[in-house]
Amino acid sequence: MNHVGFIIATYGVTFGVIIGLVVYTIKQGRNLSRTVADKDKPWT
Amino acid sequence: MSTETQSFKGVGTPTTRMYGLLAVIALGWVFLGGLFFTPEDAVQGDAVRIMYVHVPTAWVAYLAFIVTGVASACWLIGKKHSMGFDRVAGASAEVGVLFMAMTLLSGSLWGRITWGTFWVWDPRLTTTAFLFVTYLGYLAVRGLGGTAQQRARRSSVIALLAVLEIPLVHFSVVLWRSLHQRATVLSPDGDIKMDGLMLFTLLFGVFGFTVLFAWLVSHRQRILAMQDAQQTSALDAAVTERLKEVQA
Amino acid sequence: MNMSTSRIARAVASKDLRIELRSRVVTNQVLPFSGLVMIMFAFALDNDDVLQRVAGGLVWLATLFSLFILVQRTFAVETYDGALDSLRVAGVNPQGIFIGKAIALFVQLIVLESMLFIAAIVLYRVNVNGSGLVLLVTCVLCATAGLAFVGTLYGGLTAGARGRETLLPLLLLPVVAPVLICATRATESAFRSGGLTVGEGWPWVAVLAVFAAVFGLGGLLSFSSLIEE
Repeated sequence: MNHVGFIIATYGVTFGVIIGLVVYTIKQGRNLSRTVADKDKPWT
Repeated sequence: MSTETQSFKGVGTPTTRMYGLLAVIALGWVFLGGLFFTPEDAVQGDAVRIMYVHVPTAWVAYLAFIVTGVASACWLIGKKHSMGFDRVAGASAEVGVLFMAMTLLSGSLWGRITWGTFWVWDPRLTTTAFLFVTYLGYLAVRGLGGTAQQRARRSSVIALLAVLEIPLVHFSVVLWRSLHQRATVLSPDGDIKMDGLMLFTLLFGVFGFTVLFAWLVSHRQRILAMQDAQQTSALDAAVTERLKEVQA
Repeated sequence: MNMSTSRIARAVASKDLRIELRSRVVTNQVLPFSGLVMIMFAFALDNDDVLQRVAGGLVWLATLFSLFILVQRTFAVETYDGALDSLRVAGVNPQGIFIGKAIALFVQLIVLESMLFIAAIVLYRVNVNGSGLVLLVTCVLCATAGLAFVGTLYGGLTAGARGRETLLPLLLLPVVAPVLICATRATESAFRSGGLTVGEGWPWVAVLAVFAAVFGLGGLLSFSSLIEE
């Protein structure tokens, strides 16, 4: 593979950011749903 | 907090779990297929592999801003001023800004390989950069504080002003660049001959990133809803506290 | 626009201009600041030919820097003792307030730009002929109207908000980028810098006029929702 550094950087950043955002979102959702009453969660 | 509020953990539902599963499958394929299984391009060589993540992230970034604009318009026009629209607009802008940053980064890396420079003053690139900065401002306005109604009103107007602004920016950059047109810049994805597997990987990637976007927005807008609810209940508690003090 | 809106606009504009005339902040601080910016550009670029070539862009950059200060001032006088709230509670038509504040901002900007253009002629040795002057004046009027409208719009939004000093440029700079591009190109044509002819400047003025019209209309429609809280 030529330009391997550029390609790895692109894939690393893209998938890294996505995984980070997904993990952050799940964690934030769990933490918040522990403190918020069920009536404020219309999707449940 | 009492235990009964813990009856449901997290913000997932069967629908979002399905989105999540589809996104994992599609993104997994993009990662493996894009990096290893697809052939290299006759002209670009391995650099074409950047396309499989660059094009879908760019698509999601633009889609996010369209969703933000439409949701803001719905909030403003709707008689009920339903806060759901405002949260979708906000969640979509959050996701969009992040994807726009990734698009600019992967695009400039790709440009360094194919054009020899990280950046060209091409209207599409310039408008994208302005879109990024404009929505950073939008998120800053959302963070100004105040009640949910105030936030929704301000941010929906800002989002609609951005819809006015972006075509003007694009048009004036087009006019500006048409003056000193040097060597024509080839569109990076213009001269790629795609075989079946390459096309499939690209389209499957666009599909997977779109499903990922739906997953992210539906989760994040629920988080925003809970944050609003938390703020309201904290306010209520403070008011009750104060009333007790006054009565005592 | 009915009678009362235009009367409110005139009252707000004359009030703002009177405040600025008495406080002398614009004449004693903003004008010297932008003059200094023009001198700093000359230090940074350090070449007579380059300065002559880019004079148009420098004038408009200096205008944008000063625009942030002027917009902040024009709303600082309103939020200082809750004047904006009083106006709103009194049921004053927000469109009148919008037009009035935009007019006041327009007048201040025109004064500032006149000084900057004189500075460009003196310091950067540009020259303008008759037809160039017509183009220049039209360009300045259209560009300034656009700047005054967006300045009032976003100034009203950030008025009273935390961290508005930094938020305002972040919001305003991307929006005024088309003005910078078009006004600079039109001004360069008026100065005939880099072999441009005066006639080449007019399409840019047309874009500036569209910009002013779009944001003038957008401001009229949305200003009430921005300040009404």
